[in-house]
Amino acid sequence: MGRGPSPLTQRLLLLLLRRAASAAPDKMPAVSKGDGMRGLAVFISDIRNCKSKEAEIKRINKELANIRSKFKGDKALDGYSKKKYVCKLLFIFLLGHDIDFGHMEAVNLLSSNKYTEKQIGYLFISVLVNSNSDLIRLINNGIKNDLTSRNPTFMNLALHCIANVGSREMAEAFAAEIPRILVAGSVIQLLAPLSAADQPIRAVVLVVLHHGQREGVVTAATSLITTLAQKSPDDFKTSVSLAVARLSRIVTSASIDLQDYTYYFVAAPWLSVKLLRLLQCYPPPEDAALRGRLTECLETILNKAQEPPKSKKVQHSNAKNAVLFEAISLIIHHDSEPTLLVRACNQLGQFLQHRETNLRYLALESMCTLASSEFSHEAVKTHIETVINALKTERDVSVRQRAVDLLYAMCDRSNAKQIVAEMLSYLETADYSIREEIVLKVAILAEKYAVDYTWYVDTILNLIRIAGDYVSDEVWYRVIQIVINRDDVQGYAAKTVFEALQAPACHENLVKVGGYILGEFGNLIAGDSRSSPLVQFNLLHSKFHLCSVPTRALLLSAYIKFINLFPEVKATIQEVLRSDSQLRNADVELQQRAVEYLRLSCIASTDILATVLEEMPPFPERESSILAKLKRKKGPGNLPDIDDTRRSVNGNTEHNNNNTETTAKVSSDLLALSPAPSAGASLLVDVFSESSAPAAADVYEDNFARFVCKNNGVLYENQLLQIGLKSEYRQNLGRMYVFYGNKTSTQFLSFTASVGSPDPLNTHILHPVDPTVDGGAQVQQILNIECLSDFTEAPVLNIQFRYGGTLQSIAVKLPIMLNKFFQPTEMMSQDFFQRWKQLGAPQQEVQKIFKAKHPMDTEVTKAKIIGFGAALLDGVDPNPANFVGAGVIHTKSTQVGCLLRLEPNTQAQMYRLTLRTSRDSVSQRLCDLLSEQF
Amino acid sequence: GMRFLLLFSRQGRLRLQKWFTPTPEREKKKIIRDMTTMVLARKPRSCNFLHWRDLKIVYKRYASLYFCLALEDQDNELLALEILHRYVELLDKYFGNVCELDIIFNFEKAYFILDEFLMGGEIQETSKQIVNRSIEASDMLQETMEEYMSKPAF
Repeated sequence: MGRGPSPLTQRLLLLLLRRAASAAPDKMPAVSKGDGMRGLAVFISDIRNCKSKEAEIKRINKELANIRSKFKGDKALDGYSKKKYVCKLLFIFLLGHDIDFGHMEAVNLLSSNKYTEKQIGYLFISVLVNSNSDLIRLINNGIKNDLTSRNPTFMNLALHCIANVGSREMAEAFAAEIPRILVAGSVIQLLAPLSAADQPIRAVVLVVLHHGQREGVVTAATSLITTLAQKSPDDFKTSVSLAVARLSRIVTSASIDLQDYTYYFVAAPWLSVKLLRLLQCYPPPEDAALRGRLTECLETILNKAQEPPKSKKVQHSNAKNAVLFEAISLIIHHDSEPTLLVRACNQLGQFLQHRETNLRYLALESMCTLASSEFSHEAVKTHIETVINALKTERDVSVRQRAVDLLYAMCDRSNAKQIVAEMLSYLETADYSIREEIVLKVAILAEKYAVDYTWYVDTILNLIRIAGDYVSDEVWYRVIQIVINRDDVQGYAAKTVFEALQAPACHENLVKVGGYILGEFGNLIAGDSRSSPLVQFNLLHSKFHLCSVPTRALLLSAYIKFINLFPEVKATIQEVLRSDSQLRNADVELQQRAVEYLRLSCIASTDILATVLEEMPPFPERESSILAKLKRKKGPGNLPDIDDTRRSVNGNTEHNNNNTETTAKVSSDLLALSPAPSAGASLLVDVFSESSAPAAADVYEDNFARFVCKNNGVLYENQLLQIGLKSEYRQNLGRMYVFYGNKTSTQFLSFTASVGSPDPLNTHILHPVDPTVDGGAQVQQILNIECLSDFTEAPVLNIQFRYGGTLQSIAVKLPIMLNKFFQPTEMMSQDFFQRWKQLGAPQQEVQKIFKAKHPMDTEVTKAKIIGFGAALLDGVDPNPANFVGAGVIHTKSTQVGCLLRLEPNTQAQMYRLTLRTSRDSVSQRLCDLLSEQF
Repeated sequence: GMRFLLLFSRQGRLRLQKWFTPTPEREKKKIIRDMTTMVLARKPRSCNFLHWRDLKIVYKRYASLYFCLALEDQDNELLALEILHRYVELLDKYFGNVCELDIIFNFEKAYFILDEFLMGGEIQETSKQIVNRSIEASDMLQETMEEYMSKPAF
């Protein structure tokens, strides 16, 4: 099995053989039209005269009964009758009715020595017999007989049949036979003496490409070589020079040279396109002369596009432009001649404005691939206005769709905002058939090119507003994942969803996002009386009754989270949970949630509640599930690559589409929101870490500062590995859970992770990680930490493992910093100022004045100071705009009292931060850490 | 290469189907339904190309018949339009001013002509003259009218 050429190769071989074998007669015969199967014509007329579907079926059943009785009858049918009935069956089948008999009679026709009987027999078989038919052996016998008949017309019929059925079984049955005929056939004797008998097919087709006189045979040979070259390029390398030579002859010829093969004044368009296609199987030729000759051909083709047309017929321009587009494809494929690329881009630019819709469509399509070349990406971008205009004015939806594709492909950081805005506005009126795809594209671009995540949040909420029905789960999961993983956008997200939910009618997807985000981060906006806990709750609950069961379930979970966040609304929420419509809800899921949450809120202590309902840990970052969805929708081939690293020369960008199961979640996800992102190569993951794996010597610390006011999140991520953290501290002790996620589908071997600590810290790994980490799996490591005395330097986490044979070393700075050992201290105004004065020695105070790096939002600032570990003291500072905090740093040897004061100046967009502690090194370190956060 | 060629009328009646790769019967029915609804819904003067699944669809209307050809991703759409045109020219030459009825009543001929022109999803011969001569040659091999007329119709 499987040793012969594949079915496709086989058919292409046949194609060549077919041409080589067909000897067209020289004299013109008198044509007799149709062979007068009168019975068939009568039957067809009858069917056409049927007034109704019922009448037609009746007539057909009558005919089927008639044929069946003829086939079953005692009297042996003559060849003509058999042919006629088989033909009628074929007609009935083509009308869309099932045929379950007659196959044997058709196969019998193959052994007739009358041409038309054989012909109908073969036609029936190629239209109606499927490859696994039990008749296949009989059919193969018939074919074999005809192939060896030495009658060229019978041989042709047999070859056609093999090509038409085209199944693997048939290909295998004739795998040996066909090449033998080809090599033995007259074509070779005509062309050249053949010595290399060991490689017959290769030799034959290359010889044909070189010497072939008839364009038809050369075209077929080129098809065959292209197919073979895709499988084993090395074996057919020599075809490059032959193809260039052929192409050059065609391109420079006066069209008269090719007589018959000139199509509407275009010289051999089919052969030209096939040659250009063959060349796309190879990189640009290395030989300078050959390369020069090819460049010349391509330039000539580009030049011809500017010449006045030789005919007004559309056939002329189609054939000419077909060659031009194929030449442009080759130029894009080579991706090595900047001048040609720019010319190609300009040519396509002209077509973008052409009055012929087909050309505008193809130009948009072609530019999509051009956009991914580093040489032409910028040139493509210059057409952005034209493409946007196409999106607005094209009357044909399939052209508009290509425009969307091109905008997606040409998008980068410089134009993302404009493109996303245009797509959003197009979405308002877009055809229903393509809305979902546009939604996915907008979501991907907004995420990929978000510098400012408030823009990202706005964009997704707009998507939900404009096309909520087309926003799939993946999209709204994703926005939540991102908000949870990025603490700098959480306050804004809470504020924005709160505002969006004010709309009288909002889409259910917005309620889901709003419920989730307020449940997690509602506290960040609760300081404002307009969005106090009760207002937030009432707003969410006003949507409850309009929502479907899954959304209601999500809202219930948001309510229990509210009970934890805002003790003041506990009673209100308990009352809602206690109502009959919840506790006795007909839906089991809702009922269960209501009962459980109510009990939980009644019996659990504040501490337990806080632990159970803690803020969600960051999501493991894998490939965006949205991108995976878009790939599924479009097929990988049709999705332009929007990776930042544009394709290099002949860039074969590889996409690894392995889907792995989601790994065990970090903690139980109360909102039952399993994002299930599929793993695999990341196109989008890098939103979270722009750099690739650092060399072993470099200690990665990009995310370090993000953990100063926060204990959970993604610490590190590259193409292979993701490291997530969750930690908790009490006095001078800490415990850190480190999660290692294998993002690939391959095992990591010899996996080790160790921590090197500075002296003032004691770190102890509770148990070592298993040395193998399965593809897609996540493993956990627990780290105990003890702070002996105050410190500046952070411990380093060293990870080593083998992936696909190479040793990977990663070193990451662990975010264990002094402020983690803070215990907040509440105090009154008087106490505060008394202590403040006590710590008045110059070395005890450290002060810094700095520019705001983030929007100066009061709520966010408060949350950060609390996250830093100090108690936030209200009403202490005479200026209400200032923030004041106090706490004690616990180390084993000593405790250090700390006071801090942060004074914002919104006009100047500046802050002044003052730290006073009993120990200068502590003041310095805390000031350094905290001042980086605003 | 080409995957399939369908000819259907404005009413969505299929007149010819040609599959260049083995396709299960159920799949064929689904494709035919998709193609007819999709192509017939297109407004006049739209472009002749569509994306469908991972294939490119090239279609063109000639009088009352739609010709619809499916191509693989790498194939050339414009030239595919000319493949359709060349096939119409061949039919025209054979039937003399071909119309839908010719194809209904002589469907087997339409298949034979197609077989001379395309094979296994590739164009087999681009010279109109050579294809025409092959078709005429095979017609020569038919038994004469008289031979058939002497036989019973049913």
